Amino acid sequence: MPLLEYRQRSGYLFLVVMVGHMLLISAQVNSRTGVPVLERFTFGVFSEVQRAVSSVVMGVSRAWDGYVALRRTREENDDLKRRLAAAEIQVQEQRALADRAKGLAETLELRKSLSFTTTAAEIVGGDSVPGFRTVTIDKGTGDGLRADMAVVAPAGIVGRVVTPLARSAKVQLLVDRNAAAGALVERTRAQGVVVGDGENRLLMEYVSEVADLIAGDVVVSAGIDGIYPKGFVIGRVESVEKNGPAYRRITIRPAVDFSRLEEVLVVVTPPAPNEGERGRQDAHRAAPVDRVPE
Amino acid sequence: MRAAGVILAVAAALVLQTTLAWYATRGGAVAIDLVLVVVVYVALRSGPTAGLLAGTLGGLAQDALASGGITGIGGLSKTLVGFLTGIVGTQFIVAQSVPRFVVFFLATVVHQAVFMGLYELLDARHFGAPYAAVAEQALGNAVIGVVAFQVVELLPGAVERRRAMKRRPRG
Repeated sequence: MPLLEYRQRSGYLFLVVMVGHMLLISAQVNSRTGVPVLERFTFGVFSEVQRAVSSVVMGVSRAWDGYVALRRTREENDDLKRRLAAAEIQVQEQRALADRAKGLAETLELRKSLSFTTTAAEIVGGDSVPGFRTVTIDKGTGDGLRADMAVVAPAGIVGRVVTPLARSAKVQLLVDRNAAAGALVERTRAQGVVVGDGENRLLMEYVSEVADLIAGDVVVSAGIDGIYPKGFVIGRVESVEKNGPAYRRITIRPAVDFSRLEEVLVVVTPPAPNEGERGRQDAHRAAPVDRVPE
Repeated sequence: MRAAGVILAVAAALVLQTTLAWYATRGGAVAIDLVLVVVVYVALRSGPTAGLLAGTLGGLAQDALASGGITGIGGLSKTLVGFLTGIVGTQFIVAQSVPRFVVFFLATVVHQAVFMGLYELLDARHFGAPYAAVAEQALGNAVIGVVAFQVVELLPGAVERRRAMKRRPRG
């Protein structure tokens, strides 16, 4: 037993001395990164201790934050939900405002290009009776509006003023069953009359059977009805069908998307006879052919 | 063996190593390590504890005197050798010259292996292929060690015999 104890003491002493030597060596040797091995080793061990302590602290902190500190989370959650809903509404309002500004800008651009006086108006209401395609605008006789004044949009012809009041007016859309406009096919100059079908399409009537018409042709106002300036885009030919011995039924897709209409221009001065062609050219700039919906 | 004797032996070995051995080789590579011889001798005579302490002392002293080396490598090497030799000395009978020679030889090999291996490991010094040098030093240390044992063991008896011879009346 004493021998064993002696050997054990020697072993412990040997270990202590060897560790001391290793520390001594490590203190003088730099690692590849230039840091002394002892420092690197010490820091490595210490960093592991730090990591362990940090893990414990973070664990306790997370446990505290995740359970104990959640007492007011429900109230905060409800409050945040209310805030989010309000923010979403605000975003929608901003988006609507931006769209409206864009529409106004397009309308203003068209107004600048026209040679005749126009008044910008905003659509404030739609038709109240099914089958009638009318809208209400926020301008009336007080702004110089009269009946049968043309209403246009950047995309093309919208309709005409039918019932002007002091501060508002009813506009009959071109797609209404009772609406009509003199028209011609831009490519072949074939003339006819465009009438509404009460839905979302136009019909071009009284077109000669020999007239050259194909789907895709652009139809513009002819300027012969005394209402619409000449050359404004009405729409594109969608289909051509035979309709009796002398005429054909031609379906036109309107250039204006009436479902998205928000701002319009009312032509308050009728176009002069020599301004028809100019107005047409301006209208082409405002509503170029390639913008007409296919 | 008393601690003072170990310290004196190590100091003497250092002095001899840095003077006589150096002059003997005319400034060339010294083929013997007298400090290591002392460490092994102390370990065989007094056991692992004395051996590792002698190795620590001698090795650190050599490291401190060496220029450009890493202090501690020699100490660690000699501590290890001293401890292992001490264990060998307690486990086996190493009283004859041949076993002593083998122990000195192997101790030197182990010492050099650890010493050079640590330097190579730490990329602090390179020794190439020092097999012949190691063998030469192991042989030299073994011879010196065996001779030292013989001298230390035989010297007291020879002195006593010489004194006895002087006291005997001539007739």
